[in-house]
Amino acid sequence: MEALLSLFIKSIFIENMVLSFFLGMCTFLAVSKKVDTAFNLGIAVIVVQTVTVPINNLLYTYVLKEGALAWLNMPNIDLSFLTYLAYIGVIAAIVQILEMFLDKYVPALYHTLGIFLPLITVNCAILAGSLFMAEREYTFTQSVVYGVGSGMGWSLAIVLMAGIRYKLAYSNPPKGLEGIGLVFLTAGLMSMAFMIFSGIQL
Amino acid sequence: MAVTKLREALWQPVISNNPIAVQILGICSALAVTSKLTTAVIMSLAVIVVTAFSNLIISILRKHIPSNIRLIVQMVIIATLVIIVDQILKAYAFSVSKQLSVFVGLIITNCIVLGRVEAFAMKNPPLASLLDGVGNGLGYSFILISIGFIRELFGSGTLFGFTVLKPITAGGWYEPNGLLVLSPSAFFLIAFLIWALSLFKKRSTH
Repeated sequence: MEALLSLFIKSIFIENMVLSFFLGMCTFLAVSKKVDTAFNLGIAVIVVQTVTVPINNLLYTYVLKEGALAWLNMPNIDLSFLTYLAYIGVIAAIVQILEMFLDKYVPALYHTLGIFLPLITVNCAILAGSLFMAEREYTFTQSVVYGVGSGMGWSLAIVLMAGIRYKLAYSNPPKGLEGIGLVFLTAGLMSMAFMIFSGIQL
Repeated sequence: MAVTKLREALWQPVISNNPIAVQILGICSALAVTSKLTTAVIMSLAVIVVTAFSNLIISILRKHIPSNIRLIVQMVIIATLVIIVDQILKAYAFSVSKQLSVFVGLIITNCIVLGRVEAFAMKNPPLASLLDGVGNGLGYSFILISIGFIRELFGSGTLFGFTVLKPITAGGWYEPNGLLVLSPSAFFLIAFLIWALSLFKKRSTH
């Protein structure tokens, strides 16, 4: 239990997807102009990440890993070269299903998430979540915790960034630095702030 | 097709229309591998191969791909190329591929690749597309390698793993800047690079 809690904290703060691995940067830069859109996108990322990482975990343990097909009496098959293709397929499918489900049953949420759901398919943070999960050989429970945690870390970062950018609108930066350059500097400072958490031992 | 246009397709993305600094594409996977020069160079090569060949293949197939399923076709081709690159790295440069960990796989979701396929290769003949792919790969490499160079040289005093500035701990004179090895420095460096490029561009247009 403590190990899971520590994994959770680690995936939110210390190994933050955006600020320490630079994952999902494109969306992070493009959609962090307003706090409420950033928040909605953040929720969408948490949901997709929480669903895809555990599903890809099952896929990896029971189909793709070397010797994973033992339950079909085919222990010598190693399909691990197919992981990328399988993960991206699963992610695209899940996003599509989630979109249809929300449209049918939770139309209010569907309208607020709007165009962000399909964008998530090409968000590197989502694919990276699954790839990290496979590389670090998480168990199913760990993968659930990691999915929730890394999604929350990403969302936290983008919402904070949107808040800071809102205030930055009144700043007066040097020529050539305004716009995206300034956002990168801010992200660097945020990244330093998040690194402080790495000293915490749970 | 005029030669100048082909040359433009190759060189324009390197400086004046750089995918990372100007179009802000593909930063996702770019920065995490730049703390050492070796990984940055290998990653650059991998990206050049993938952008070049995905552009080439899509451009050859562009008249046969039905437009409503084109994204799936593009993703499958890109993912296949990335798998090939990954398998080659695992076979011939295992230690580097271990260091690159998940970031080779993340070339699939790199916006540069899909962006160029969608914006250029779907509309242009194969040769121009191939050059555009190489050009964008080079533009990406330019940023990646310059950041990798600064981070490794000043962060640990080495280049490609060879000691250049001898650190104090080993009896030399150089005090390595620990921050450059950590992730925030990549954000700062890219901010300065964007700043420099935008000043350079402003001057050259006058």
